Parts: sequence; structure tokens; C-alpha cells
Amino acid sequence: MQVTGTVLTTRRVDAYHALTVVAPGIAERFRPGHFVSVSVGGARTSMVTRRALYVHDVKPEYGGTVELVFTAAGPGTSWLAERRARDTIALVGPLGRPFPLPRDPCHCVLVGAEHGAAVPIPLADALAERGCRVDFVLGAASADRVFGAMRARRMAERATVTLTTEDGSLGVRGAVTDALPGVIADTRADVVYACGPMRTLREVTAVGIEAGIPVQVAVEESMACGIGICMTCVLPVIGDDGVTRMLRACADGPVFRGERVRFEDVGTIPFDALGAPGGGARHVG
Amino acid sequence: MSVDMRTFLAHVELASPVTTAAGCAASGRELAQFFDLHRLGALVTRSITMAPRAGRPTPRMAETPSGMLNAVGLQGPGIDVFLERELPWLAQRGIKTIVSIGGGTVAEYAALARRLADAPGVTAVEVNLSCPNIEDRGRVFAREGGAAAEVVASVRSVMRYDAPVVAKLAPDVADIVSVARACVDAGADALSMINNPLGMSIDTVSLRPALAAVTGGLSGPAVLPLAVRCVWQVHSALPGTPIVGVGGVMTGEDAFQLVLAGACAVGVGTALFHDPYACLRIERELEDLLRARGFQRLADAVGLAHRPPGSPARHLHEESSL
Repeated sequence: MQVTGTVLTTRRVDAYHALTVVAPGIAERFRPGHFVSVSVGGARTSMVTRRALYVHDVKPEYGGTVELVFTAAGPGTSWLAERRARDTIALVGPLGRPFPLPRDPCHCVLVGAEHGAAVPIPLADALAERGCRVDFVLGAASADRVFGAMRARRMAERATVTLTTEDGSLGVRGAVTDALPGVIADTRADVVYACGPMRTLREVTAVGIEAGIPVQVAVEESMACGIGICMTCVLPVIGDDGVTRMLRACADGPVFRGERVRFEDVGTIPFDALGAPGGGARHVG
Repeated sequence: MSVDMRTFLAHVELASPVTTAAGCAASGRELAQFFDLHRLGALVTRSITMAPRAGRPTPRMAETPSGMLNAVGLQGPGIDVFLERELPWLAQRGIKTIVSIGGGTVAEYAALARRLADAPGVTAVEVNLSCPNIEDRGRVFAREGGAAAEVVASVRSVMRYDAPVVAKLAPDVADIVSVARACVDAGADALSMINNPLGMSIDTVSLRPALAAVTGGLSGPAVLPLAVRCVWQVHSALPGTPIVGVGGVMTGEDAFQLVLAGACAVGVGTALFHDPYACLRIERELEDLLRARGFQRLADAVGLAHRPPGSPARHLHEESSL
């Protein structure tokens, strides 16, 4: 649904911007893994594509607020970073398919890399409600880009938080995937949930396969609409029938089973994908 | 007082002049989450091809000043799945559906039209002429009147008589009027213009083209003046041919420009990416504008900008601000 949200608070979190917006309709329907899209540049904007943003937190105040996390990387997100309290922004959401949650309590490892670390926070709440044990592995290039470490520490009373940085400025030196096998082994994890850049998700999935446990990933692809009509955010995913299809990260995802995503073929049309040019599965229904 | 917004696409009456633009509404279900599709004049599908198509590699999209480039490559399920799942869903709900078709040869267009000829729920067929012609070194059909006419004639000859055939024209031609005339002579009941002009953008960080396909179709407000010019030229040469104006329509005012240039219906594409409710908003804004200018019927405004300067606007209400 589309909501004109009023900005409640803005804050800088190290390298990131966080915007809390009053959006009751979105907050009410939000499930972990959902995202929202924001139009940028105001009413007569020259920027026609929407920006897809992760929701870091949902609170019941003022009928429901969502906190959005992003980096000011281009003209659109810079505009967003300049919003102040009482400004309004046009949101559409919640979008996408959320993380499937386990029916019975189990041990979960939540992996977040770069600003993808915003996603595991509300997911951890939902998992904890179901009696799951939740351990975190959060990482980034440097200390100022590790998101949500404090919040994770506060939540993880009976679990662990492992932080990694490429430059060693915080926690373990290295990538999240360097620390992950140890965490999986120590916690006897049943499932891994991950969000971050494509390269990280690929490696996390490999670790999960190695450990013999399922991995749920939330992918990031550049998208124009976020609602499934522009067809620009596709990636190759293997279906139940074994056929690879180009699925939309927004409407068919953003959550996929890691082992189903052909990470090494992202950015290409695999020759055996359904409908690939001159390709194998061309006439499969 | 409400304005009569009904319009005719050839002999088919549409309750509203606002349609989706081809390729901007996926299967229809995505937009149905936001509003009742019955409120559209018609839903134009993505271009349906014979075989399923995976499309182009990513990145497929790049934002440009007041617009965007896309190179999706007609990703779609193919005619079989379309007829099995997507069209029945629309037909059962009674949603007016204009089916866009795309092919690599004249025979492929004809085969697609034959499959659609007896399918229930096809209000009209839009022929996407901006597909590369395999038999002509991959040059698009729309670039030349003869090639475009051949496709239109083959589709018209097999399509049901009561389903209008709409030719979708590209602006990347030396003389759009001659292509339009060739299509109408070949049996096109209506014309739709414009398809995306080709553009290109280069990523200054990676030092490579921003799109995997190198070039892509430019859409958004940047192309509106191009659309207005094409509709104007074609309407003045072929005043009796219904035109669906498409290209960069973001507001009711943009739609009004196309109507005044000669379009009797307006397609909304890129605006839907920005605002899922764009079609409804644009129709409402267009109606408000027509009322403010003293029009009682949309039909009275079609092509009105072509009247000579200084001619009296007799139909206008005396309190109008014009």
C-alpha cells in the first residue's frame, strides 16, 4: 500500500542514515524480510525510479512507525538524507516476500553484512518470540560500517554476537564468512539467515551447504519499481521443478533459499535458463 | 458536473482514456494489489512472444535525468503460459485487455495473432514493431514503412474482425508519418506512439556502459515532448486514425498535451514505477483539467491544438479561464 509518511526523527548511525517515519499501514503489515520503496526528490521530481530500502525497526508509537536505513550514495539517497522531522515522504510497502519462520524453536544464526545488517534485527525479534536461539554475525569493511552491533548485543542475552571488519578496526579481522563456520559449529545452528551484498550471500550459502544446514538469503538488486512490474531486478533462481528462471528480486524475493540462487550466474542469463537465447529449456512449460 | 471521459479505440469503447503502457504492468496481478483494474481504460500487457524469454542480463536499468533507460529484452512466459494463466485471469474479471505481441519474423507475428484470434478476453491487439527483424539483419520493423506494413497486414488478416489491431510505432525514424501511413494502409485500426527511443548511459565508476545490453529504451518525462511531436505530426496527416499517446506521461497535464495533439487515449508507463496509482491519478487530473477548461466531453479536446490560431473556442464555457 502507498502511504504518505511523516518523518519523525532522523539520525546518523556511523556511516548510515536512519529515518523514522510514521506509516501505520506499513508498520502493521510488516514481517521481517519485507522492504519499502520511497520516491525521492519531492512532488515534481526528475528522479523517476523509487529507492528500495530495508526496514530496521518497527514501533507501535503514533499508530506505527518504520525505521529505514540507507547510505547516501547518490542524488536520491542524498535527498532522503536531507529530510528533517515533519517532512513527508511517499512510501510503498511492505513489499516482497518475508523470511519463512521455523515452526518449532531452533538455533538460528543471523548474518548481516554492510547495511544488510539492518535486516536481522527485526528478524531476531520474531525468531525470539518463537523461542528460537539467535546468534549474530555482523560485519563490514570498517568499524563505522558495522550496523546494529549495539542493538544486537542488547537482544542477544543468551546468545552471541560476533563482529567482523575487513580492516580489523572492530571485532575479528576478516569477512562475516570467515567467522561463520565457527559460530555454526559452536551453536549447533539449524538454519542461517543472511542479508548483504551478493558476494557475501554467495559465500554464506557455500558455508551453509558445507555445514549441511539451510540458508535463507535476502538479496539486493537494483530496481526501479519494487512492485514487480519493471522487470529490472531479476536473478537466476532454480525452481522446485529444477528449471532455472529469471525471478524478480522484488516480487518473487527478496528472500530466497540460498542454494537455489545461482550466485555465480547473477548478471548473466544462464544458457539453461527458461527462455534463454537459443537455449536448453526454451520449450519447457 | 462530470466530464464524459469515454473514448473509442476504433469501434471499441473504453470507459476511461487512460491505459497502461505495454511492458509496464507485468501480468496485471501486481497492480491489482493497489487498485481495481476495471478503473483502467484498458490494461496493455507486456509484449507476448511465441517462446518463453529470459530477457537481457542485469543491470537492465539506469536512471537518467528526468527518465530512465531500460533493457529488459521482453522477458515473458511465452504465448502458451500467457493463454493458460495470465489472459484467463484478466478475462474472468472482465478487464479490458489489449494484448501486445512481439516477434522476430512476420510469420511469428501472424502465428501469435492466430493464437489470440479465438482467445476470449482480447479487446485489441497491439503490434510491438520495435522488435529486431531476424530476416533483416536485426533491424527493427518499425524503422521502415514496408516492414511495419507487412507485419500489420499479416496480423490484421488473421485477427478476429471485431478486435482492433493497434500498431505501436517507434520515434527513432526519419519520417514517422510515412511509417504510420503504411501501417494504416496495411489495415491498422489504430496507432500507438511512441515506443522508447534508444539511449545509452555510461557508468563513470566502472568506466563501462551502465546497461549490460549497452543501449536501452529511454522513458519518463524526458521523452514527453518527443511523444507530443509524433502524435501531432501523425494526427495532422491522418486525422481519422485513433491514436494512443504514450511517452513520459506523469501528470494529467502531460496527458492533456497528448490529447490536444491528437491522442484519444493515453498510455502510462514509467509513472507506474514511481506511483502504482498513477493511472487513476492521471485520469482524475485530466478530468479536472478538462472541466476547468469548460469541456463536457474528452472527445471535444482530441486534436484541438491543431485548430488555427485565433479561432474561437465556441464549445467552452463562458466562465472558463481560457
